[in-house]
This record gives sequence, structure tokens and C-alpha cells, in this order.
Amino acid sequence: MARVVETPTAPEVELRPTPPIEMRRAVRLGLSGGAAAVLVAATGMVATFQPRMVIDPIVPLGVLFLYLVVFGFGWMAAQPPATLEGFAAPVIGLRNVVVGALTGLLSGLGLGLLLVLMTVFDLRGVFIELSPELVEILGFGYPVGAAVVLTAVVAAAVGALGGAVHLLPVRLRHSLMPALIWVIFFSLLTDLFGQLFTGLSLDFMVDLLYTSRGGALTIVGAVIVFVVFFVVYWFLGGREKGLRETVQSMPKDQRMRWQVGLAAVVLVVLYFIPQLMGPFVSQILVTAGIYLLMALGLNIVVGYAGLLDLGYVAFFAVGAYAGAILTSPQSPALSPELALVAALPFVMIAAAFAGIVVATPVIRMRGDYLAIVTLGFGEIARILLNSEWLAPYFGGAQGITNIPDLQIGPFSFSTPQDYFYPVFLFVLLAAYITLAVQKSRWGRAWMAMREDESVAEAMGVNIVTAKLSAFVVGAILASFGGALFGSQIGSVFPHSFDIVVSITILVIIIVGGMGSVPGVTLGALVLIVLPNLLREFSEYQFLFYGVLLIAMMLKRPEGFIPSKRRAQELHSEELAQDAWLEIYGEKGQPETVPEGAA
Amino acid sequence: MPLLQIEGLSKAFGGLRAINGLDIHVDEGEIVSVIGPNGAGKTTFFNLITGMESPDEGSIVFDGQNIDGLRPNQILQLGMARTFQNVRLFPAMTVLENVMVGQHSRTKAGLFGAIFKTPSQRREEAAIEEKAKDVLSFFGTRLTGYRHDQLSMMLSYANRRRLEIARAMATDPRLLLLDEPTAGMNPRETIELTELIGRLRSEKGYTIVIIEHDMQVVRNVSDRVVVLDHGVKLIEGSYDEVSTNEKVIEAYLGRPAELGA
Repeated sequence: MARVVETPTAPEVELRPTPPIEMRRAVRLGLSGGAAAVLVAATGMVATFQPRMVIDPIVPLGVLFLYLVVFGFGWMAAQPPATLEGFAAPVIGLRNVVVGALTGLLSGLGLGLLLVLMTVFDLRGVFIELSPELVEILGFGYPVGAAVVLTAVVAAAVGALGGAVHLLPVRLRHSLMPALIWVIFFSLLTDLFGQLFTGLSLDFMVDLLYTSRGGALTIVGAVIVFVVFFVVYWFLGGREKGLRETVQSMPKDQRMRWQVGLAAVVLVVLYFIPQLMGPFVSQILVTAGIYLLMALGLNIVVGYAGLLDLGYVAFFAVGAYAGAILTSPQSPALSPELALVAALPFVMIAAAFAGIVVATPVIRMRGDYLAIVTLGFGEIARILLNSEWLAPYFGGAQGITNIPDLQIGPFSFSTPQDYFYPVFLFVLLAAYITLAVQKSRWGRAWMAMREDESVAEAMGVNIVTAKLSAFVVGAILASFGGALFGSQIGSVFPHSFDIVVSITILVIIIVGGMGSVPGVTLGALVLIVLPNLLREFSEYQFLFYGVLLIAMMLKRPEGFIPSKRRAQELHSEELAQDAWLEIYGEKGQPETVPEGAA
Repeated sequence: MPLLQIEGLSKAFGGLRAINGLDIHVDEGEIVSVIGPNGAGKTTFFNLITGMESPDEGSIVFDGQNIDGLRPNQILQLGMARTFQNVRLFPAMTVLENVMVGQHSRTKAGLFGAIFKTPSQRREEAAIEEKAKDVLSFFGTRLTGYRHDQLSMMLSYANRRRLEIARAMATDPRLLLLDEPTAGMNPRETIELTELIGRLRSEKGYTIVIIEHDMQVVRNVSDRVVVLDHGVKLIEGSYDEVSTNEKVIEAYLGRPAELGA
């Protein structure tokens, strides 16, 4: 099924065959797959997930997750190489399946080795998760000899399946795979969908799809979800991309109308979300919103101004404590008991002051040094708030409690559903500021400073003002997040302002896409909402952050939805077709560049 | 009174005296070339007068004001802008944005204006863009049209050099310092740039100091040539005077062997 792409300018050019997938690569990926599978088993994920059914009673999550890893590696190994200019499209056939099977087999042998080791030696003293139950699960209940063979065979088959995916016609593949992913999503996000169906008064759907509320999908449910999504994707057939292109190619005012319409629809949906989703999901969304607000603030500091601030949580703490002191009657020293709305200007001033305090010592610092100093500030803030010395002002480890709910005029906000709206409003504000500032005098000055500080200064940018203002804007946005956080929880404690918060916000920006508002939003959804909804995974949240971060840095360093310029920046070498030169240019072959290819 | 008056300028890096008691003056409307072998201290000279490095001794008076000790952005504000020998653009910013940064010191809008889109901020922003486009059009069609929105890292080498000059022009300088503007250009581009340097003075009225290795360019553009060697001014004068001077030839080519040390 090799496609021959004819270049209209030079039809006589002979296309070179794309070299086939190397077996060495398959072996390498197979060994990595084995290591990954062993890691998944040894961290206890398989045994922990096993009782949770994805499709009741035939597919348990533990084994599914383990073999999804194997499947993924098989798929990856069998991926046909990219078609370069002047080359024929790669031939896809049996070799892809064989490569996938080989990768799977090696992964399975890794698991087999683990099984043997677990049976022969007592490893539990060191690896506490290597339990007898794990042996039972991995070996499908068979004695070790048969279990090793069976594991290898099953893994090879799963790997082959992963490879065989590439053989499917594009349209089938693009309907089948998303549909299967949706089945897993429907099962794992049972709380979300259960709530959604209840909120829409579609309770019968819950009975139809799930064993119980918050339970797994039934077989019938899984089939229904699969068929529905398969049909949707089949008939969509990639047409959604066409729609986007149509909108983009419209004249400006018509496109504007489309965009305004879309924004209106999104706003209406968002208005109803808290009612539909109930308190549990709303609470998760509020938490995610506060993280998103801070991520947008940090995006200005790191993404625009290039100041790697690792102690960003300090500003969050300043906002939370300033809000708490000004509003709570329990505040130890000063207790004006203002309403939160009246307190906000003072919170802003406190945050701006904190921004200046952090920025002043780092004005002449760059890069790594700046990162280390800000890291220190983050910890200093937490330790000071926790200290006995300042306990008369900040309450020490007991924190400040009894923070009143947000009250705006006649409206009182108490439940998570209520808080969704003000949080959302502040997120919108932060997003607006991010976009407005980008195309402004100081936005450009920040970017120039990020690109080359000395040249920016030589071109007239006052570095002192630029650094101070970036820190102050970032600090103010984080302080809003802090004030909302304190008011919603009703209390603030020093241990809420751990360095992990700084790191999580930074990971949201990096994974989402630095400098891009949609990217950061998606980052917050993936990193905050998903782990909270997938309760089974919450124990392994940071493990997943780590894996995600490494995978992103290797495969997509610009993030999920990068800003246009960052994508260009990080992939400029691909535009130059360096890959082409790598294969043929450096091997000393005659560089007969086909005419019209240049 | 000259536009730039430098007396007794010295700078040492450890034991190396990069600039040693230099006296140079530049009159308004002049084009002065600074030449000299590698390591003569030419770029250090630029770094010192633009405030990117601070001198050990000596005075730098620009337009009647002593600028020693000012930050680079303050010196730029007074009307002295430069380009860099090893092209230092803002790579991940567009061509237009690079030039718009040049207008930073000539404009006032703050963050408040940007967030609330005040009328004065919008007017200023439009004026900045207008000015940037105007400056870019000085280079013919090479940096206009679709190029405006291209990242500067995507430009060819010669265009990057042009963009650096455009960025400096956008700061409305009185004195323009060009550090090897033709390095890495092909002969045709070099000739084009030589004409352009002339136009920078005749059309824009800049006073220009240029560091250059290409003697054709030096001959064609300069009113006066200053030769540096080991941080000391060897000689200054017209191109013809300088190019036939024995000390200069010696500095560039070395002492003939039979003369001995």
C-alpha cells in the first residue's frame, strides 16, 4: 500500500525507498518496555489497581494498565518512519506486526524475569510492593514455569496488536482508537459522568452503563460507549479539522462572529457546569481554577520575562495570609474584619510589596542563580509563617481559622459550586491581562529581557523596572489565588504553602505550553483535574507528573498547545530538513538534491 | 565642541590592557572608521562607551554630558545606539517586535495603559508600529511584508545584520555605532551596505562610528580613520594617509624579518 507522491515540478525524479524499521530499535524499545512494565508492577500499581474493574467483570484495571504499557511500546516500535522529501512513503506490512511482537515479547520476558526472581528470592524485604498477590496477578494464577511462558506469549500478542494498528486504514484507526480510549475514560471518570447524567436528569443512563453509581462500566455499557464513539468518529472522519480551516479562511468580520458565538456558547456551558457537576467535581474545578490563576501569573514571570521563579508559592501564601488577617475575626494580632472584596486592594498592595522584596536582591542575577535565590525565598516564607517568633501575628502552625465566606453585595458564596464563579472570573481576568500585556511596550521589554538581558538593556530597556514589574504582576495574580483559596477553605496553615505547589505550577506551564493561555489551561486540567477525578491514580500523582514531564521533554518540549513562536523556535531545525541531511548528507553519498525539492 | 569626546580611556581585563589611554573625538555628522588587527580593543571600545562595561580610567563626554557610570539604557536614551559584531537579536521575537523594542526608551506607556487599553496607549502603540515599519522599509523590500511577522531567528545572516541596524535606528540615535556590519556578507551585499551607510547619514542625519575589516568599505564610507593596536591609538587621519602609513602596515602584516626587533 505504498503511496507514490509525485512532485508536480519534477515528475521524472526517482523517489528513494524509505529504509525499513531497524530491528535494533525494536530490541531497544522492547527492553525499555520490559523495564517500564516491571516498574509499573514493582511500584505496586498493578496490585493496587487490580480490584478496580474497568469493564465489570472481565477487564480489571491492574492488568489492563500493565498491558497498555506493553501495547504502547509495541505501537511505538512499529511506527513507520516519517516520509522525507525525495523518498517514497514507507511500506507498511507484516514487518510492523513482527516488530511490535518482538517488542512485546521482550517486555513480556522482562515481566517473566520479575516473576522468576520473585518466586526464587524473597524480595519483599526491599521491595515491599512485590507481594504474593502480584505473583498471582502477573502469572494469571499459573505455576511459575507456565506463567513465564504465558506472560511472554500474551505480551508478544499485545505488542503485535500494537504494531498491527499501523496496518489499519487511517479512517478505521482514527475511529477505533479514540473509541477505545473513551471506553476507558468512561469507566475511570465514573464520578464525573455519573454526576453529569444525574445533573442532566438522565439517571437511567447511569443504570444502563454502570454497575452502580461510581462503579465500573458493565459489558453492555462498554459496548454502548464504544459503538457510539466509533460511529461518531467514523462519520466525523477528520472533518472537524476542515471546519476549523473554513473558519480560519473566512473574512475577518465573519470569523469574529464565529469566535464570539463560540465564546458565548462556552460561557453558557460554564455557567451551568457547577449545577450539573455537583459539589465534588466543582471542588476539583475550583482547586484547578486557583492553580490555573497562579499558572497564568507565573507564565508572565517565567514565560514572558524569562525569570525562573521557583519560590512562586510565597506570593500565594502572601495573598492567603493577607486575606485571612484582614477578614478573619480569629486573626491573632490585627483583625479589621473587612469583607474580602474590601480587603482585595490591600492584598494586592501586600503582594506587590512581596514582589518587590523578592525582586530587589535578584535584579543583577540571571538564570540559575535567580532560580536558586527564589527557591530560597519560597522556603523562607513558609518557615517564617510557621515560626513561633511570628506566631503572634500569623498564628504559627495553628494558622488562621474562621475566615468568612466571600460576600459580594447580596450574594454570599459558600459552597464549591458558588466559588466556581469568582474563581472563573479571576482566571478570565488573568488570561485577559496575559494577552493584553503580550502586545504592549512592557510585554516586548520582558521578552527582550528573556532573550538577551544585556542587549535589552543596551536597547533602552530599564532592567530594574522590567524585573520588578514582572515580579509584581506575577505576585498580584498569585495573591488573588491565595485570597480565594483561604476564603474558600476557611482557614490557612503554613503547610499549605509547600514547595510542591511551586513545582506543580511550573509543571503546568511547561507541560501545557509556555506563553500560551489555552496551553496553560489544558495543563491545569490535565495535571490537577484528572488526578483528582482518577482517584485510583492519586497515590501515584507525582510519579505520573515525572513520567509526563520526561515524555514531554523528549517528544514535545513546547507543550500540549504551544504558542506559535515557541513551536517555531523549538522545531526550526526540522524545517531545515536536517533529518534528511542526517541520513544521506553525512554518509558521503552524492548530494543529488532533486530539483524543485529545494 | 565634538559630539563624542573621549580622553585617557583605559580598561584592563586581569593583566591584559585592552584599552590604554585612548583619546578619540567624533564630530557631529562625521563617519569615523575604527580599524585594527584582531584583539586591538575595538569592540571593548564600543562596550565602554555604551556602558556595557565600565572603564578603569578616563572620561567619556557625549553631547556635553559626562556619561561615565551611566547604565546602558540611560546612555541609549541620550542618543547613542549600537549593533553587535556577533549579531545579537532577540531570536524568538518577530522582526517587527525586534524593531519595536528599539522604541522602548522613546515611549512612555505603562502596564496600566496596556491592561486598560487607554486611548493614549493605543495611539502610542500604533505610532510605535508605524515607526518600526518605516524603519524596516529603509532596507527596501528585504524586511517588509510577510517578514514582519517572521521570527528573527529565521532570517538569513545578512538580513539579521540589517535588522540589527534597523533596531538601532528605531531608538532615534544621534550617534550610531556599527560593529563590523559587513562581516559574513557576500561582495554584492557589502556594496549595498556601503551605500546604505552613506544614506544613514545623508537621509537620517546620524553621526556614525564603524568598526570594519573590509578596507573597501572603510575607504568608501569614512571621513576619518582611527587605527587601534593593543589598545593604543596608532594613528588617525584620512583613508589615504592611514593606508600608506608604515606603522599601520606593520601592525597588520607584522615587521619585515630583515629589520629585526
